[in-house]
Amino acid sequence: MNIIVCIKQVPGTTNVNVDPVTGTLIRDGVAAKMNPYDLYALELGFKLKDKHGGTLNVVSMGPNSALEVIREAIYMGADGGVLISDRKFGGADVLATSYTLCSGILALGDFDVILCGKQTTDGDTAQVGSELAEHLKVPHAANVRDVDVDGDRIKYVSNLDNKIVTAKIKTPCLLCVDGEVNTPRLPSFKRKLQYGDCAEQIRIITFDDLQDKDETHYGLKGSPTQVERIFNPDKKSEKEIIKDGNLASEMYKILRDRKFV
Amino acid sequence: MYKKVDNKDIEYLRSVIPANRILVHDEISDDYAHDELGGIEVKPEVLIYVRSTEEVSKVMKYAYENEIPVVARGSGTDLVGAAVALEGGIMICTKQMNHILEVDETNLTVTVEPGVLLMELQAYVEERDLFYPPDPGEKSATIGGNISTNAGGMRAVKYGVTRDYVRGLTVVMPNGEIEHFGGKVVKNSSGYDIKDLIIGSEGTLCIITEAILKLVPKPAYSVSMLLPFMTMEKAIEVVPEIIRSKASLTAIEYMSLDTIISAEQFLGKKFPDTNYEAYILLTFDGNSMNEIQDEYTKVANLCIEKGAIDGYFVDTDERKKSVWNARGAFLEAIKASTDLMDECDVVVPKGKVADFIKYTHEVGKEVGLRIPSFGHAGDGNLHIYLCKDSMAEEIWKQKADKAFELLYTKAREFGGMVSGEHGIGYAKKPYLARQVGENQIELMRSIKKVFDPKNILNPGKVC
Ligand SMILES: Cc1cc2nc3c(=O)[nH]c(=O)nc-3n(C[C@H](O)[C@H](O)[C@H](O)COP(=O)(O)OP(=O)(O)OC[C@H]3O[C@@H](n4cnc5c(N)ncnc54)[C@H](O)[C@@H]3O)c2cc1C
Repeated sequence: MNIIVCIKQVPGTTNVNVDPVTGTLIRDGVAAKMNPYDLYALELGFKLKDKHGGTLNVVSMGPNSALEVIREAIYMGADGGVLISDRKFGGADVLATSYTLCSGILALGDFDVILCGKQTTDGDTAQVGSELAEHLKVPHAANVRDVDVDGDRIKYVSNLDNKIVTAKIKTPCLLCVDGEVNTPRLPSFKRKLQYGDCAEQIRIITFDDLQDKDETHYGLKGSPTQVERIFNPDKKSEKEIIKDGNLASEMYKILRDRKFV
Repeated sequence: MYKKVDNKDIEYLRSVIPANRILVHDEISDDYAHDELGGIEVKPEVLIYVRSTEEVSKVMKYAYENEIPVVARGSGTDLVGAAVALEGGIMICTKQMNHILEVDETNLTVTVEPGVLLMELQAYVEERDLFYPPDPGEKSATIGGNISTNAGGMRAVKYGVTRDYVRGLTVVMPNGEIEHFGGKVVKNSSGYDIKDLIIGSEGTLCIITEAILKLVPKPAYSVSMLLPFMTMEKAIEVVPEIIRSKASLTAIEYMSLDTIISAEQFLGKKFPDTNYEAYILLTFDGNSMNEIQDEYTKVANLCIEKGAIDGYFVDTDERKKSVWNARGAFLEAIKASTDLMDECDVVVPKGKVADFIKYTHEVGKEVGLRIPSFGHAGDGNLHIYLCKDSMAEEIWKQKADKAFELLYTKAREFGGMVSGEHGIGYAKKPYLARQVGENQIELMRSIKKVFDPKNILNPGKVC
């Protein structure tokens, strides 16, 4: 089985600041890490590979620094990785990002299943996976909690808010994996020693490697989204104190109303 | 005999403390009758939520004059019955004295009321790039409780224990008088250090109503590493090697697969790796990632040479949570895995850790008890649990007594102590007496008498 997992490098902390002048995220000085949601997808991919064999490769679009997360995936057990990177890809929105990922993945050859995280912690749109499937013209499913192989199909479990669906999907396909569905394995020191900077395991794909050479499909030029303003959401620190009545049932009601239970 | 609390006493208390902060008899929740493990249940007659030093002073003065016993209580998470009102009387709960009064960025201190929770303090100072290093497992314990038990925790290897971070104390003496010991000063050679006597005294000498704590700059980076081993023997034998390597570590914890599985069941969350019998968990912190990398490379290579299967990086918030949350839940998880358990919190010289853990396995076999353990391997403080596992009461008592006797005798032989961090309280009194001998117990009792001639403050504890 040929598994691809899409991963992205995001800021290392959730308290990212927005530059008040330019409205862009201030990334300097904040340690970066792999998007936590991608780790669940990665773990699900390892589970498939452990059980059914094959190869697992990761794909990331981003600047050179994103090599870090590809290496991390390799230290966790991925066989190799691809960085799709070019100045021309900068400033991409969901459409351009998913299109670029699609072009990069097509340049790699065949695959059976692509796993994506549900969303990223910096962009938060939760659209790239589905749009990537559309560009690739493969079937896809979202909110996936578990997968297995069933004959020539993939059996998956998906959490659709009020029901859990178990279904089968034809390969090649794309699955967006829900958060918190497993505990991702940890990167291995031994693999780090063995693969070092992973020069042999990582391939870099640039604009020149892609078949579609129309620059208006990539980066800022290929992005119809116009961002008006980015700002930090207000940090809520309101407190509600309940003193009288049946405290437990009052609390339950609040938690239920806010959909925590 | 102490005086029982009567209506007149309650009337007086209501004249100095608002009535809605005083609970009497049946109004008091059973939670206040016990701690988290001590194995004894007694309800106080009155429970008072105090809000100031002056309030504590008024209550104490009255109790002293009328010979009513008083027990101070924080979150009640202690494990040796220290916070249980053995003689009834008044329980003074500090949980509403929960203000952080000042962060002094020049003197690097924070001044707190005793009811501030450890987790609140840690979060508060870390937001300001400062760091309060003591890190006992139970984050909902109060600072007053931490000081009174000289709580230790996971970072003792590098940073020491609560005692090392207490600069000054404001206390109410048993007769109601208010005293200040120490202060913001770094050095102090001014006579007997009474502050240090109070730390770890489990509420038997006075009641702490304010504390000045030392802070350090927050280290910029912290990375943990989880090292799996084929057997527990192999894992613990590596510990002295790690210490000898002179690497700069913050934590060295050991854990066995069964304990990890108990924690998984207890939390309903998977641990990142459960393929091996035993694990060592290390933490490195510092201000340069390169330095940390050099350190963990050195240590991981050493461990692998000595039998570690690998070293897994625990470097992001999510990864730390998946590992350290499980580590933090071990005690509760073992407790949930059996109908009753008792604990041995011995500390032995670091060089004896491996031998002692092996000995617990021998004792388990010899006595016929399940004895899981985990703990702070890097500072010699082990948490060893005797599990009843539904055996008959009589047999359990016999077996537990035998096991404790063997364990404490061995600890003594190794130059260890009865308690590394949980204290003596009520449950470990006989073992302390046996360990330190009559002279030292007499010395402790004499000190207690000077502070509390009427023996009204937390009677029946420690010595
Ligand atoms: C799951 C779990 C994990 C734990 N892990 C650790 C650990 O890693 N390291 C460790 O050291 N301990 C640990 N403990 C033990 C416990 O949390 C500590 O002993 C803690 O310091 C108790 O604080 P508390 O606020 O709950 O105090 P309490 O239990 O309320 O009181 C403890 C003692 O302190 C006295 N006291 C409390 N407040 C005051 C005050 N203001 N003035 C005078 N005396 C006072 C009480 O009278 C009593 O003798 C753990 C406990 C649990 C349940």
